[in-house]
Amino acid sequence: MAAHRFGVVVFPGSNCDHDAYHAVKHVMGQDVRFLWHKESDLGGADAIILPGGFSYGDYLRCGAIARFSPIMKEVVRFANAGGHVMGVCNGFQILCEAGLLPGALLRNASLRFVCREVHLRAENTDTAFSNALTAGQVLTIPVAHGEGNYYTDRSALEELEARRQVVFRYCSADGALTPESNPNGSLNNIAGIVNRAGNVFGMMPHPERSMETLLGSDDGIGVFQSVIQALSRRETASVEV
Amino acid sequence: MQYLLRGVVSGIGHYGNCFGVPTVAGEIYFDPCYHGNPLVNAMAVGIVNHGMVASATAKGVGNPVMIVGSSTGRDGIHGATFASVEISEESESKRPSVQVGDPFTEKLLLEATLEIIREDLIVGIQDMGAAGITCSCTEMSAKGESGMDVDLDKVPKGEEGMSAYEIMLSESQERMLVVAKKGCEDRVREIFAKWDLHAVIIGAVTDDGMVTVRHRGAIVAHAPAFGFVLGGGAPVYHRETKRPEYLDVTGAFHAESVPVPHDLTAVLGQLLASPNIASKRWVYEQYDTSVRTNTAQHPGGDAAVVRIKGTNKAIAVKTDCNGRYVYLNPRRGAMIAVAEAARNVVCVGAEPLAITNCLNFGNPYKPEIYWQFSEAIAGMGEACRALDTPVTGGNVSFYNEDPSHAVYPTPVIGMLGLIEDVGHIMTAGFRNEGDLVFLLGANRNDIAGSEYLATVHGIVGGDAPHFAMDEEKRLHAAVLRMIREGLLQSAHDVSDGGLAVALAESCILAEAPVGAELRVYETFRRDAVYFGEAQSRIVVSCRPERKRDLVQVAMELEVEIQELGRVGGTALRINDDIALDVTAAADLYTRSIERILSPR
Repeated sequence: MAAHRFGVVVFPGSNCDHDAYHAVKHVMGQDVRFLWHKESDLGGADAIILPGGFSYGDYLRCGAIARFSPIMKEVVRFANAGGHVMGVCNGFQILCEAGLLPGALLRNASLRFVCREVHLRAENTDTAFSNALTAGQVLTIPVAHGEGNYYTDRSALEELEARRQVVFRYCSADGALTPESNPNGSLNNIAGIVNRAGNVFGMMPHPERSMETLLGSDDGIGVFQSVIQALSRRETASVEV
Repeated sequence: MQYLLRGVVSGIGHYGNCFGVPTVAGEIYFDPCYHGNPLVNAMAVGIVNHGMVASATAKGVGNPVMIVGSSTGRDGIHGATFASVEISEESESKRPSVQVGDPFTEKLLLEATLEIIREDLIVGIQDMGAAGITCSCTEMSAKGESGMDVDLDKVPKGEEGMSAYEIMLSESQERMLVVAKKGCEDRVREIFAKWDLHAVIIGAVTDDGMVTVRHRGAIVAHAPAFGFVLGGGAPVYHRETKRPEYLDVTGAFHAESVPVPHDLTAVLGQLLASPNIASKRWVYEQYDTSVRTNTAQHPGGDAAVVRIKGTNKAIAVKTDCNGRYVYLNPRRGAMIAVAEAARNVVCVGAEPLAITNCLNFGNPYKPEIYWQFSEAIAGMGEACRALDTPVTGGNVSFYNEDPSHAVYPTPVIGMLGLIEDVGHIMTAGFRNEGDLVFLLGANRNDIAGSEYLATVHGIVGGDAPHFAMDEEKRLHAAVLRMIREGLLQSAHDVSDGGLAVALAESCILAEAPVGAELRVYETFRRDAVYFGEAQSRIVVSCRPERKRDLVQVAMELEVEIQELGRVGGTALRINDDIALDVTAAADLYTRSIERILSPR
């Protein structure tokens, strides 16, 4: 199977851009290129990754300025046309700011930055970002953020749940949804969601940091594998058409 | 104190986290001596390819001198001199002397700087630290045996009406001085523009050995560069030294005056919860420890391990200094700081390579302080020569005093180690029930200078703990060989809190806390056996079938070895003296600092 082409968006304050690149290229063996924030061309990418970091310093709300960058106009256009977009950490924040995902990420309930391994339960494995996982599977992946407290109003939350848009929730090692396993105070222990159409995905934990057992866990591979499978299926489908 | 700690941790966290460099290792000491003058030392470790080293030099007549990065403002003027006076009531008025950092701009500067170096556009580069442009111009000129002619009117300024004096001494952060190759200045400007930063030519390299500074059409300074720099023409001071009188008092300490507590399990619990020994999890969870996807061993063990992509190698990093030891015996205390840092990297499987340091002392004009300083340097030098770890750089911070007292002399050592094969990374926690536990190195009847003595009895006294360099070196050789031969399941250094704390930590740091049934055969006082801090000891564990090979290596390399017992159960039991429930101990150890700082 031919490799898919991923584009990793680089804002000046992105600091997980190289990690995402490394994960996609050297662990998953895919084609990948960086997309500079001042560009307005996605370089023919099949999928876009918005990596973690501090986009433009994030002295305002995280991602509030990034959404206005030239590259984001293209990312929004790409997403609206059904392209696969995945935002991790700061990328998730930017997708919410850009209106591609519902809700917002508030400051952590502890008011402190938190970096540690957390457990995630795969809630919906019928999405383009989780199809390689099994429902209820528990992944170990680190978080590293100061503003990861997922929030939305009650009706939007009910809709999110009813439409099974929650992909990952924070849980204990044995998969229980407990308040102690929630690192930031997110509503309903939400760690990752997709949009209604299922092509835009955001998560606060960093799957690109969990690609090698040497570094503690390779549970992040499943997330990238899912995207690759989704892209391959779509390719096959379009060939058949 | 809590306010200061919260502030320092969030400051380090904010800057490091934005910057995208993982904060992987460190240490914290709490002691009343630091209350008026908290010390914050940072160590940065980078990797550079051979042939890609940039140096802080100015060469080649006519090469353009450029200032890059942020604008120059009035912040930080006299920052270095502020740091060079004792803190007093009047110090409040010097607040503006403190520079304000902006990690986002620093990140841009980092990226742009690496790009110009990669493209081979420059002759030299130096960051602007203490004394700003003054320091960079003179040091780069002196190093290149050249001169510089710069025009301050061309420096991008953040404020109006700055005098030449202010511009020369501004310590505005996130700036560098670059000597570009002639003809490459446009490309340098282009790269900095890409990152939305200034890159402005302010002058050129000369060959007259002079730094010439122009402002508003006039020459405002014209001085030989060489005369400014340390190791060059700057004056060398030979200060008066005098052994401090407090050493007579601390030296008069006799262990016999201290009763041995009855409940040694309670003492162990007290030590595990003591902020100096307890896990620093509350702190390091606020630091991004895994960005860049290289961190193979996170904070909480003996040393951090960072793998090097594209190779089979990893580096180990650790900072260390027990200021109390140095206070009690500056020479031996400084040797111990080096030795312990080395022991820590050895425990994760690394060969000690080199050190850097930050020497934190009081007012050097006081002969007693200068004595501490010169003794500590002598000790550090001796230890580094013996361990074959060159001192590659460092930093000195004097005047750490408030009106009542100076800080403990605190030469913080940053140690770097190399692991040739990532398959040989060792961890501190016990691994399997049934594994055998050994102590390498000798216990001593010595409670001097210990955390136990300070925490339980409230005494800072005696000498620094026992230390002998030859024992230390043999221990390192033995443990490294054991790790490389695959004999060990765990290795953990015996340090603050002594043998019992080290054993408890190996229980707590297991994947799930696990107990151990142990016997320690010593005939001297029990508190010295369990809590004494004699140096050059490491607790290791191995599979039972490896016992023979392990003992063989210890005997060959002449390291004392004692079999202590087995891993297993839910309690750490030592002789009939200690019976500690490890789950409760883990909670005490892991959450003690959090309970103090974030009571719920």
